[in-house]
Amino acid sequence: MLIKKAPDIRSSDITPKAIYLRRREFIQAASGAAVAAAAALASPAVRSAAAQNGQKLANVKKSPLSTTDRPNAFEDITSYNNFYEFGTDKEAPAQTSKKFKGRPWKVAVEGLVAKPAVYDIDEFLKPYTLEERVYRLRCVEAWSMIVPWIGVPLGDVVKRLEPGSKAQYVEFTTLYDPGQMPGQRSNVLPWPYVEGLRLDEAMNPLAILGVGLYGEVLPNQNGTPLRLVVPWKYGFKSIKSIVKIRLVDKQPRNTWQVMASNEYGFFANVNPQVNHPRWEQGMERRIGEFFRRKTLMFNGYGEQVAHLYTGLDLRKNY
Amino acid sequence: MRGSRTGFGLRASDFGPECPDPRAANDSHESSPKPVARSLKPATIFPAALARKPITLLKILIVVAGLVPAAALVVGVFTDALGANPVEKITHQTGTTGLAFLLITLSITPLRRMTGWHELIRVRRMLGLFAFFYATLHVLTWVVLDQFFDPYAMTRDVIKRPFITAGMTTYLLLVPLALTSSAAMIRRLGRRWQLLHRLTYLAAITAVVHFWWLVKADVTEPRRWALALTVLLGFRAWWTLRTRLSSRF
Repeated sequence: MLIKKAPDIRSSDITPKAIYLRRREFIQAASGAAVAAAAALASPAVRSAAAQNGQKLANVKKSPLSTTDRPNAFEDITSYNNFYEFGTDKEAPAQTSKKFKGRPWKVAVEGLVAKPAVYDIDEFLKPYTLEERVYRLRCVEAWSMIVPWIGVPLGDVVKRLEPGSKAQYVEFTTLYDPGQMPGQRSNVLPWPYVEGLRLDEAMNPLAILGVGLYGEVLPNQNGTPLRLVVPWKYGFKSIKSIVKIRLVDKQPRNTWQVMASNEYGFFANVNPQVNHPRWEQGMERRIGEFFRRKTLMFNGYGEQVAHLYTGLDLRKNY
Repeated sequence: MRGSRTGFGLRASDFGPECPDPRAANDSHESSPKPVARSLKPATIFPAALARKPITLLKILIVVAGLVPAAALVVGVFTDALGANPVEKITHQTGTTGLAFLLITLSITPLRRMTGWHELIRVRRMLGLFAFFYATLHVLTWVVLDQFFDPYAMTRDVIKRPFITAGMTTYLLLVPLALTSSAAMIRRLGRRWQLLHRLTYLAAITAVVHFWWLVKADVTEPRRWALALTVLLGFRAWWTLRTRLSSRF
């Protein structure tokens, strides 16, 4: 027969009751401090370790700018890509970008800025808090997706670069490396790919520099390690695998405008009223849906961006 | 009568129902003592008969080759293997397959001339009808899956988008050709049949233009088709020219 016996030392004898009763708060505070300390210590390490694709991104803040639409499947977002550096077929980038190295990676900051410099990607991103932005993506080819991007506000980045008073545009350039980007071995486009934004467009809270999607580091075919995401513009504006950011006083000539200026302009705002010789811009096929849906002005982001274009004839400035 | 052999066309009898092959008759006569045994062993009789009649083998191959792409799409739909944008995939596959059959159809005449295998003419109608079959699937994909019977949107597309204008032109050119492909129509139209069916050249040109105008920047693929078509039409132009010159001097 088992006889229960009180322990020699009771827990109440060791821990003062006041603290014991507040144990949950104590644990929370202590672990919070530990996590913060660990994060502070490990931060650069965690960020560099993000070199591996599929690596989860830590400390991501949600954003009120996200849409509540259901995101497309990770598989769709990563298997249907317009990224001519890896081939003109939409299924090509997923196949031909497998060996692409998104780290180590340098980002050059040039032009009308306080301190032109070349940054390591992780140094470059260090000052900013990552945010998740679930955005609509509308391609000029009349299909669309919902993508849960991870990124940093472009406006914060531009501010930190301290643009000079004459700076009016931001120009972005993609990596040129035919060894890693087989599509660049043929001259379908004038390489490297160039895109640009007006400074006030770049400062708009919607514009981000994307570093991930679905909580992970950007897959190669989606523009690792750094890409632009401007959801109120056609997809081709959201340049991928950026190596250079330049502040300039003249409007940059973006690649597709150079290719066919009658079809693609500098602004490339999603606009169902401006006809395109190849694709119906009044409607779009959301990937995964059977019926086409109506395309919205500014891809539905008019509330945030329409004011940028008051007084501008969007039929001429397409 | 050199002209009749070197012109584009062929005699209406070329398109008529197949004549029974006298060798086949002999064969069945010889094998008459053991008909049951042979019919029980199709694996042995089949290749033997085909070896004697390569055109039949070719016909079977064409039927298979003609049905496989459509079957692959059907399987793809049910196994969800057509990628993120199945409608686009179906549109591209049916269009490319139709174009391929159209150009194969156009290669029959040059092949006959080069090889002297004139029996090849017997597969031409089938090839042409497969081209029409895929063109029809291509147009139906657009009407049903892409536009969902929206007459306003379709009209707008045809008028406002040059590549669709070219594509629709191609299809409208192919319709009368398919409708007049029967032996009865060939007999009824006589000489006019040949004239009418020269529209095939125009349809092939507008089909390649349709493809060329569709692509944004990378014309590699449409350029290949354009090159193949140039060769096929070039043969004909050369022969016509040579015939004219030799009849003049």
